[in-house]
Amino acid sequence: MVRAHSTERVVLDDRDVARALTRIAHEILERNRGSDDLVLLGIPRRGVPLARRIAARIAQVEGTEVPVGSLDVTMYRDDLRLRPARALEHTDLPSCGVEGRVVVLVDDVLFSGRTVRSALDALHDLGRPRAVRLAVLVDRGHRELPVRADFVGKNLPTSLVESVRVSVAEVDGSDAVSIAGAAAAGRAVTGATEGAGSAGATGRAR
Amino acid sequence: MTRHLLSAGDLDHAEALTVLDTAAELRALADRPIKKLPTLRGRTVVNLFFEDSTRTRISFEAAAKRLSADVITFSAKGSSVSKGESLKDTALTLQAMGADAVVVRHESSGAPHRLAASGWVDGSVVNAGDGTHEHPTQALLDAFTLRRHLAAGTGDLDGRRVTIVGDVLHSRVARSNALLLSTLGAEVTMVAPPTLLPVGIDSWPVSTSYDLDASLAKCDAVMMLRVQRERGADGGFFPSAREYSRRYGIDARRMALLPDHAVVLHPGPMNRGVEISAEVADSERSVIVEQVRNGVAVRMAVLYLLLSGASEPTPEASPALAPESEQ
Repeated sequence: MVRAHSTERVVLDDRDVARALTRIAHEILERNRGSDDLVLLGIPRRGVPLARRIAARIAQVEGTEVPVGSLDVTMYRDDLRLRPARALEHTDLPSCGVEGRVVVLVDDVLFSGRTVRSALDALHDLGRPRAVRLAVLVDRGHRELPVRADFVGKNLPTSLVESVRVSVAEVDGSDAVSIAGAAAAGRAVTGATEGAGSAGATGRAR
Repeated sequence: MTRHLLSAGDLDHAEALTVLDTAAELRALADRPIKKLPTLRGRTVVNLFFEDSTRTRISFEAAAKRLSADVITFSAKGSSVSKGESLKDTALTLQAMGADAVVVRHESSGAPHRLAASGWVDGSVVNAGDGTHEHPTQALLDAFTLRRHLAAGTGDLDGRRVTIVGDVLHSRVARSNALLLSTLGAEVTMVAPPTLLPVGIDSWPVSTSYDLDASLAKCDAVMMLRVQRERGADGGFFPSAREYSRRYGIDARRMALLPDHAVVLHPGPMNRGVEISAEVADSERSVIVEQVRNGVAVRMAVLYLLLSGASEPTPEASPALAPESEQ
């Protein structure tokens, strides 16, 4: 954890994050031609505060409240047997449900696409949305499944040995996106050569 | 969590809270149109019941099915056990079928431990009640129910006073609750006739009393235990059911002694008119039906935590329980 922090490179600061979220909010409205039938579902943990902020921006622009919820995908993951059992996060659907709605899934980082696959399965058990879209703050590439985001805050080309860390004020105290790992370490003397999963407890590893 | 759940004492404070928190999330599943999760697809859970049971067996069955596990229910009646097959041979049969978890209820104390320690089966062993020893998932669902009513559904039971009344001697529910509730910080008092308190209860993390009325006035919850006639509880431990009921049963008068927020629990099946009057059992104070509902969520949590994860973290997995560690 310590090494990863010491070789971290900030790529988006709090103002960049704010601008990206504002743009995503506008793009969602443009694509949907308004806020009718929209439901924003954040994927815990960091997707949830991001979804709330996008909803707040939509409220500023359109003057309408968009229902926001959270969708825990833990029980739908395909890697449950590869690692110790994890605690569940909270699933909280807005009272309107998802039936016939346009659901926008919100997450912090899009990487392998497996989380999104899990989320689609979880959503399938909760109802039948009219459409499902995906909004992410960062797309770091390296997809392992045919998944594509509709709304992207920042495309961030990375190598597989790097890890991307998103901090969100509600969870981590401040907003930032940073990269840690080999590329950043190349400029430092002590190269962090660990691969996936080494970014520490607060971060998005891999 | 450990690989098996044999005793409520196997769980430390953090592990017990993990089970309760997981159960809290899973409880919401009962309100959804599709009450099923794909988590344990392709895994086999065997319910091995050597002793009669309604709610525990059904509860484990529902829990395993809601997690998409394949469930095989085995009851001793109508099986080769009635032809004299030993626990070992039954276990080896299950092993040959590839059971990932064995939920065992047995009339002998220690049977689940034997099953887990013998190496006869590779899967996780969950104790669903063994003799007069333990019934850890019942204690977990009691703790879960208490937490919902006394602690707003989060955290532990620090400082809450729970009175457990009745046939402590024969009760595996009382043993498991004594261990788990005290792990969670509750103050447990056992109230029973002297004949129905086990030898060595002074080594339990509980206090004892013979005076029910005095205990009721200052407790946050009262748990009535069943008089276990099948284990001989009416054979000379107290003069008559009527006297037992008068001194250690809860009726409307005694319920009125409870503080306003206090709830009444019973692990079931009830002997109405002996340890609990129908009036109390059907009152608003009684959370007995809710206990059954919570039982499914708690057992789902136990099966999920025992079965879903790798026992050892794989090299590429992050060491922490961090749910966000992979995108």
